[in-house]
Amino acid sequence: MTGTMAVGASETKPIAAPMAANRALSGPRVSGRVVVMTLYLLFLMLPIYWLLNMSLKTNMEITSGLTLWPREITFDNYVKIFTDASWYSGYINSLTYVVINTVLSISFALPAAYAFSRYRFLGDKHLFFWLLTNRMAPPAVFALPFFNLYSAIGLFDTPWAVALAHCLFNVPLAVWILEGFMSGVPREIDETAAIDGYSFPRFFLKIFMPLIASGIGVAAFFCFMFSWVELLLARTLTSVNAKPIAATMTRTISAAGMDWGLLAAAGVLTIVPGALVIWFVRNYIAKGFALGRV
Amino acid sequence: MTKTVNNRAWLFVLPVFAIVAFSAVLPLMTVVNYSVQDTFGNNQFFWNGIGWFQELLDPSTELGGRFFDALWRTLLFSAIILMIEVPLGIAVALSMPREGWPVALCLVLMALPLLIPWNVVGTIWQVFARSDIGLLGWIVNHLGIDYNYTNDSLDAWVTLVVMDVWHWTSLVALLCYAGLKSIPDAYYQAARIDGASRWAIFRTIQLPKMRRVLLIAVLLRFMDSFMIYTEPFVITGGGPGNATTFLSIDLVKLALGQFDLGKAAAMSLVYNLIILAICWLFYTVMTNVDAERERVEA
Repeated sequence: MTGTMAVGASETKPIAAPMAANRALSGPRVSGRVVVMTLYLLFLMLPIYWLLNMSLKTNMEITSGLTLWPREITFDNYVKIFTDASWYSGYINSLTYVVINTVLSISFALPAAYAFSRYRFLGDKHLFFWLLTNRMAPPAVFALPFFNLYSAIGLFDTPWAVALAHCLFNVPLAVWILEGFMSGVPREIDETAAIDGYSFPRFFLKIFMPLIASGIGVAAFFCFMFSWVELLLARTLTSVNAKPIAATMTRTISAAGMDWGLLAAAGVLTIVPGALVIWFVRNYIAKGFALGRV
Repeated sequence: MTKTVNNRAWLFVLPVFAIVAFSAVLPLMTVVNYSVQDTFGNNQFFWNGIGWFQELLDPSTELGGRFFDALWRTLLFSAIILMIEVPLGIAVALSMPREGWPVALCLVLMALPLLIPWNVVGTIWQVFARSDIGLLGWIVNHLGIDYNYTNDSLDAWVTLVVMDVWHWTSLVALLCYAGLKSIPDAYYQAARIDGASRWAIFRTIQLPKMRRVLLIAVLLRFMDSFMIYTEPFVITGGGPGNATTFLSIDLVKLALGQFDLGKAAAMSLVYNLIILAICWLFYTVMTNVDAERERVEA
């Protein structure tokens, strides 16, 4: 986030001004703000803690009564997931289509976002709106036609089917975010590069892309996120070979007669990739959520 | 920044156009195709014209009644969600720490629910709200309130609303936070010199600066709550009865459960048109706000 940079820059100047501004802003309510934030974070973390708590218990302990923390910590549930191929292949399948989708979405969206940010052309506004509507289209509408389409072209039950299907909402989103970031780069840079004799592809790869690196990171984060959390399409388009972990979870509950501990452990493991990705982009998250256009 | 007119820019847009058209237009054509036909099975279809649409939009028929019930439920759900999440999101954004490591910590923790697969969110709350093994359900029941989300439709609604607030308020908060970060310190200094109250600062500086991101937030939250499927499917399965059968759930029941392709396709199209209309409304408002801002800044 630019805020941390701004703080660093302001250290050379007298620091009193921004501090005073902050005090004016918060006044005597400092404690009120901390209370709101703490309560909110507590509210967010409790259900996750409960899941983690359950994943470390035996089924005996879970069903025999409510315990706020595991009396005897057991890692059996995790061991089972990591040693059983029908479980851990779900994670591999999910990550495969998420990565394919992220790469596809970004590489398709980059040139288009450049065009939208730099030029006006026939139907540009309509095209942009049409792209946006696809981000908003309910996946439920597309589940059945997608099933027919990908069965017909022989991609059913492959990671490619899910990756392509998720392009429906991720490509428009990536175009939207990247366009916001690219509009922040002055046009003069394009012109200077052209005068310096850079060909367009070389300019784009060597000069332009490094300039919007954070934008690409944010867009990739969002593609990862929306592909990772989506289940309806992923489940409809796969049966055995490419089944995502989230679908494996639902199937196994009913078969195993509510193995709560195992279910919780699988749930905790689906949170991990997201948490890792957030950690890497934490400084860009806020700007990214504003789609690069604050 | 003025953009140059260049129709060759289409070449850059073509790949995106192709891939989205492949994913969006082709399937949509299939839907249109189904929506005007009827079948007796065995892949034998015959022309039904606008029959399904007439039935769908007439509340007195079985299909129409079901559609409008689900539509009102979904709209009510979206309205409740927006009324809670937008103010709460603003409050949380205003409560963000100013600088240092607490900012990063809060950001990471807040973003966490957003990256949990939706059915896992459903599972988390399904367990958390159970009265026997879930903390929330257990506490509420021990406070003497009879609470069971699988039997009581009000409890089911409360559970879903709380779940959605848990899941998505951070999105609104992060957007608002991004808007707040863009306000220069000079604005606050000026307000302080004028002796502006906390409320006046919020009304005249922070809220106008957040208008644009708030629009994005409302747009995203409306759309996503309007097409919510996975979480209620996992938690309540649309029940008890039909109490939480939202449009998406009803649609999937119709299409993949009963294989009533004609009815489901007609419903899909109407559903899509509603979304399209609302999306267009937001888009127009948003571009107007942009144009206004550019005029002000120019």
